Amino acid sequence: MAGRASAPGAKGFALPQVPKILVYIIGFVPAVWLFYAGIMDQLGADPMRYLEQALGLWALRFLVATLAITPLRQLFNINLLRYRRAIGLLAFYYAALHLITYLVLDQGLDGAAIAADIVKRPYITIGMATFVILVPLAVTSNNAAIRRMGGQAWAKLHKLVYVAAIGAVLHYILVVKSWPLEPLIYAAIVAVLLSYRLFRSLVKKPSPRRRTA
Amino acid sequence: MLIRRPSDILPSEITPREVYLNRRQWMTGAAGLALAAALPGGLEAAPLQAGKSPFSTDEKLTSREDVTSYNNFYEFGTGKDDPAAKAKSLKTSPWTVKVDGMVGKPAEFAVEDLIKSSALEERIYRMRCVEGWSMVIPWVGFPLADLIKRVEPLGSAKYVAFETAYRPEEMPGMDTLFPVLEWPYVEGLRLDEAMNPLTILAVGLYGETLPNQNGAPIRLVVPWKYGFKGIKSITRISFVDKQPPTSWNKQAPSEYGFYANVNPSVDHPRWSQATERRIGEGGLFVKRRPTLMFNGYAEQVASLYTGMDLRKLY
Repeated sequence: MAGRASAPGAKGFALPQVPKILVYIIGFVPAVWLFYAGIMDQLGADPMRYLEQALGLWALRFLVATLAITPLRQLFNINLLRYRRAIGLLAFYYAALHLITYLVLDQGLDGAAIAADIVKRPYITIGMATFVILVPLAVTSNNAAIRRMGGQAWAKLHKLVYVAAIGAVLHYILVVKSWPLEPLIYAAIVAVLLSYRLFRSLVKKPSPRRRTA
Repeated sequence: MLIRRPSDILPSEITPREVYLNRRQWMTGAAGLALAAALPGGLEAAPLQAGKSPFSTDEKLTSREDVTSYNNFYEFGTGKDDPAAKAKSLKTSPWTVKVDGMVGKPAEFAVEDLIKSSALEERIYRMRCVEGWSMVIPWVGFPLADLIKRVEPLGSAKYVAFETAYRPEEMPGMDTLFPVLEWPYVEGLRLDEAMNPLTILAVGLYGETLPNQNGAPIRLVVPWKYGFKGIKSITRISFVDKQPPTSWNKQAPSEYGFYANVNPSVDHPRWSQATERRIGEGGLFVKRRPTLMFNGYAEQVASLYTGMDLRKLY
């Protein structure tokens, strides 16, 4: 991971390197603002729903951002690989906050209602499954896990992020009425990012050295 | 307040509309009548005189701010804040409602005439959205039955169909790549539902004329049904013999029925309808409250549906 951090070619963008901690700090700004505004009753008429949806949307945005890093590097020589782990973990943290908001604020920890939702509501089922998929990815997002698992097995496991991305957009599309544009835009972006990988894997014989997930 | 016109001769038949509208604008402007504000642009809220109603609930009102800023009015966009932000472009004056179909006296009513010739009442109703939230709204309006009696439906009329204005140039949410609904928005009621004393045509809320985002200048309110039945900015009311198409039913027939009665035991296919969040209650820590059968209006309306399987006819 770390060895690939600098751009391979001289012609690449010379991106200023910022400390990774800054990615986390900036990444948590929306969450801090949302909770603060929520407590201060600044989130409109339906603050719980606003918070819940905004956290979910940020999780999806960070998920999309992690998927964009490989194509950005391969197509435009923009190398943001050193921030991918932070962005991926932010996606997980936002998904967790989104889930906690649903469990605690939306459903008031009503076990029966939550269980019924998970069993009966496809969008909840898919949302929960998506979160479950993100858990092992988050747990193994550290150097120790890569060493322990071996790079190949680790990369294979982290391909699950593709499934999570599909689950996340399905979850979003299924929760809205009719077909408003925004979820469809996210679905289209995810579709492009995933088909890029599919296309590339079909066109290029994957070399054993190349293990970009 | 109550100046009833003979319903068989419309002002429009005597004086051309532009002329009387013009004259009235001038007159009301000169007299400084509050209603004048509603006439020229339809932007300013004007006070309305309204009597009390025994049908009003004494529950705590949802704030005016929430009622007028958290809306579903997809002609202006699918976001809850879109209507408040974008509905100003709708020109609500002059405005006429065409009443036609199987009636003895088809007519075209100017909204300001309807306001003047009706005994307006304040109706404080619960409003339950199909999405699982609710409000308590002090509407100002008159029973739809009053209007129906004026036009004298024929015996063959079994349903009432409603239509929202179709004005893409004034309604920015209509002009999208993938229309969220087929326009214009249409709704319908069975004639006995339309005649029920709870069913009103609202022309105001919180004692003033309707803000555009709430369906100005005239909208339907059927408090025992999900909010989407309350069609906004009505331009046409038709009496028909067959169940008319309704917008959300056309969009997703398995999710939104013609009846759309509030029913905690019949879930939306994708979410539960057993509970609801009352807007403005508890903020971030809002507690869900159980949804009531017919939104708590069972006493007045349950008899309309005796013998019907409300699971099938949702």
